[in-house]
Amino acid sequence: MPSETLKEQVIRISGVNPLKCMRCGKCSGSCPSYEDMEYHPHQFAYMVEKGEIEKLMNSDSIYKCLTCFACVERCPRNVEPAKLVEAVRLVKIRQQGANHLKAESIPEKLDAELPQQAIVSAFRKYSK
Amino acid sequence: MQRIGVFVCHCGTNIAGTVDVKAVAEALKNEQGVVFSTEYQYMCSEAGQSIIKNAIKEHKLTGVVVCSCSPRMHEATFRKTASSAGLNPYMVEIANIREQCSWIHKDMEKATEKAIILGRAAIAKVHLNAPLTAGESPVVKRALVIGGGIAGIQTALDIADAGFEVDIVEKKPTIGGKMTQLDKTFPTLDCAACILTPKMVDCAQNEKIKIYSYSEVESVSGFVGNFSVKIRKKARYVDETKCTGCGLCTEKCPMKKVPNEFNLGMNNRSAIYIPFAQAVPKIATIDPDHCNMLKNGKCGVCAKICTAGAINYKQEDEIVEEKYGAIIAATGYNPINLDKYDEFAYSQSKDVITSLEFERLTNAAGPTSGKLLRPSDGVHPHTIVFVQCVGSRCGAEDSKGGKSYCSKICCMYTAKHAMLTREKYPDTDVYVFYIDVRTPGKNFDEFYRRAAEEYGVHYIKGMVGKVMPQADGKLLVQGSDLIAGEQLKINADLVVLAAAIEPDKSARPLATMLTASMDTNDFFTEAHPKLRPVESPTAGIFLSGACQGPKDIPETVSQASAAAAKAIGLLCKDKLTCNPCVAHSDEMMCNGCSQCEKVCPYGAISYEDKEFRMPNRTTAIRRVAKVNPAVCQGCGACTVTCPSGAMDLNGFSNRQIMAEVDAICR
Repeated sequence: MPSETLKEQVIRISGVNPLKCMRCGKCSGSCPSYEDMEYHPHQFAYMVEKGEIEKLMNSDSIYKCLTCFACVERCPRNVEPAKLVEAVRLVKIRQQGANHLKAESIPEKLDAELPQQAIVSAFRKYSK
Repeated sequence: MQRIGVFVCHCGTNIAGTVDVKAVAEALKNEQGVVFSTEYQYMCSEAGQSIIKNAIKEHKLTGVVVCSCSPRMHEATFRKTASSAGLNPYMVEIANIREQCSWIHKDMEKATEKAIILGRAAIAKVHLNAPLTAGESPVVKRALVIGGGIAGIQTALDIADAGFEVDIVEKKPTIGGKMTQLDKTFPTLDCAACILTPKMVDCAQNEKIKIYSYSEVESVSGFVGNFSVKIRKKARYVDETKCTGCGLCTEKCPMKKVPNEFNLGMNNRSAIYIPFAQAVPKIATIDPDHCNMLKNGKCGVCAKICTAGAINYKQEDEIVEEKYGAIIAATGYNPINLDKYDEFAYSQSKDVITSLEFERLTNAAGPTSGKLLRPSDGVHPHTIVFVQCVGSRCGAEDSKGGKSYCSKICCMYTAKHAMLTREKYPDTDVYVFYIDVRTPGKNFDEFYRRAAEEYGVHYIKGMVGKVMPQADGKLLVQGSDLIAGEQLKINADLVVLAAAIEPDKSARPLATMLTASMDTNDFFTEAHPKLRPVESPTAGIFLSGACQGPKDIPETVSQASAAAAKAIGLLCKDKLTCNPCVAHSDEMMCNGCSQCEKVCPYGAISYEDKEFRMPNRTTAIRRVAKVNPAVCQGCGACTVTCPSGAMDLNGFSNRQIMAEVDAICR
């Protein structure tokens, strides 16, 4: 899929206009997951604007975001970076044929605390 | 029957690019009464104007229609042209085919059709135009400056210097404004008080200047050259003529726990107070909210010890009424309230302060006598973090009261604070978090570079995300370092927030009184952003200083002098030409309902009882509206309000407007 359509998809799903970003970095200054992320909230805004969605999709950063919305709350220009992270995550999940959860990988993930319902819903969400 | 000439302007390609001007001139030739029609590249040029002049003479024109730009732009030009060719200037009509046609349309065919219709409407109006003669009104040779900060002071001094009387109204007990609270001023680092107080004293000593301190403007009526202003002199409970400013009362006053606004509440003052040592006028003022004598009649110490007998607990507000020819607004600015910015812990920690508070902490007359000490425990801070753009440059839908504009002064005063801190206390680490460093001004960028290069201030490109007060009294500052690609955590002793600035709250009600327009941020709007930057669109009202937009001191002083020059230009005139397009009422139709009086923004309409002849030789007394043509500005509000159609506006009569509408709908 060409990156331009991915960019359009991310912008449509998130409802965010990354052009509003003035690159102050307050989002990344607020982010509690900063150290765990490869790409940081301000980079999401910049990279979505440049159309580098695939890099974001293939990075673990999209799963490290806690969706705490500190960046959304504090952004002086209402860019809402957390919504961009969520949108990239959704674009990744919605990819047809991309099987993110394979049945054979389940046994190693199992532990006594994990509710079975979580596995069922994870299958619904990630196995396509 | 009128003999009308039509002149279609190309305005280069501005009009001709979208409108077929030749077709417009050709089509309008066939309109009733049109005896001459032509087009030209620039009608406003000298050559264009002579085409109009020659046509007026040659074709004996009685009316002129110019299809060109907005009448705001060149109506006056073309009226002068007509007048010099012997035609009454009010026989000229403008069809706006630029702003209202060519600039907003793309389709040439449709734009041309619309231009023809607009021209047709103007022709229909000219048929009903009548020559008008402008009257004259005298100019009161006295100016009023509202606000006594550096802007108001400079404007008043310049007007007085030109030989005119000028009054300053200041709501605080002393003039001087924000600049009195500053320590040093960038980029030359002169002490603010040292350069300001001589000007304050000059104001007090200048016999042309009268200072109404602790006073506010109550109401404004009248018009350019003839404003009538009511000023409320608030009761200070001290006789201004007797008080010598010795300050004994302020020492002896037992009520000493009043937050001192001059030091932004960082220390206390007494209930009777003189704001600071160099106050002008140096007169004590009693704060009625905290004085025990005024609140419950139990004290009276100040009256007992005042050797001049100046204390008067029974003093009341006094209203003074004065006439002015010109009014200059100089109401200034304030830092915004930061209570909603929880992430910076401003309301949680005493050690998170605004830049203006920092200014007081480093000032010799401040709460710490100029020693930089933490407000919470009085200990010298070793790590200081400055945060830029707090509440400035925010999105339009910001929920915390942030402003969309750049506050302009913060980059420079923060560089000053950082530099001075490093100079006085080299053992202090100073960090400045910035989004952009904006230093366009003479010697400004050099100043900022000195802070970074010579004084070792750490400039970090990024914004602070949050400030967390710690149990040990430190402040953990977490922010981005975008260039290093890191999230920084700094253990700071003091955090200084560069709060956005906003117009003073008194500006909005004042603008209503002056009928001066404001923008959505409550800054006064200038008549033209480039070419008339110190005048309000309302005639006779001028703008000085930060009430028009964020400004530093050098810019404020320049604008203050510019506003003074404009006001002097007005005061020099003995008489002003009035606008003849004023309203008048048809007494036979007026039913005295008072609707027009209520909508008139200028107070130009009054009522009188008049005797009218009635059938069968009887008479009746009826109440009818009367317009004062000197006060009427011709806005037309009354004409559309009048239910019986008795009100009409010269030059814009109901018949003329309807003729235009008919022509458009034809």
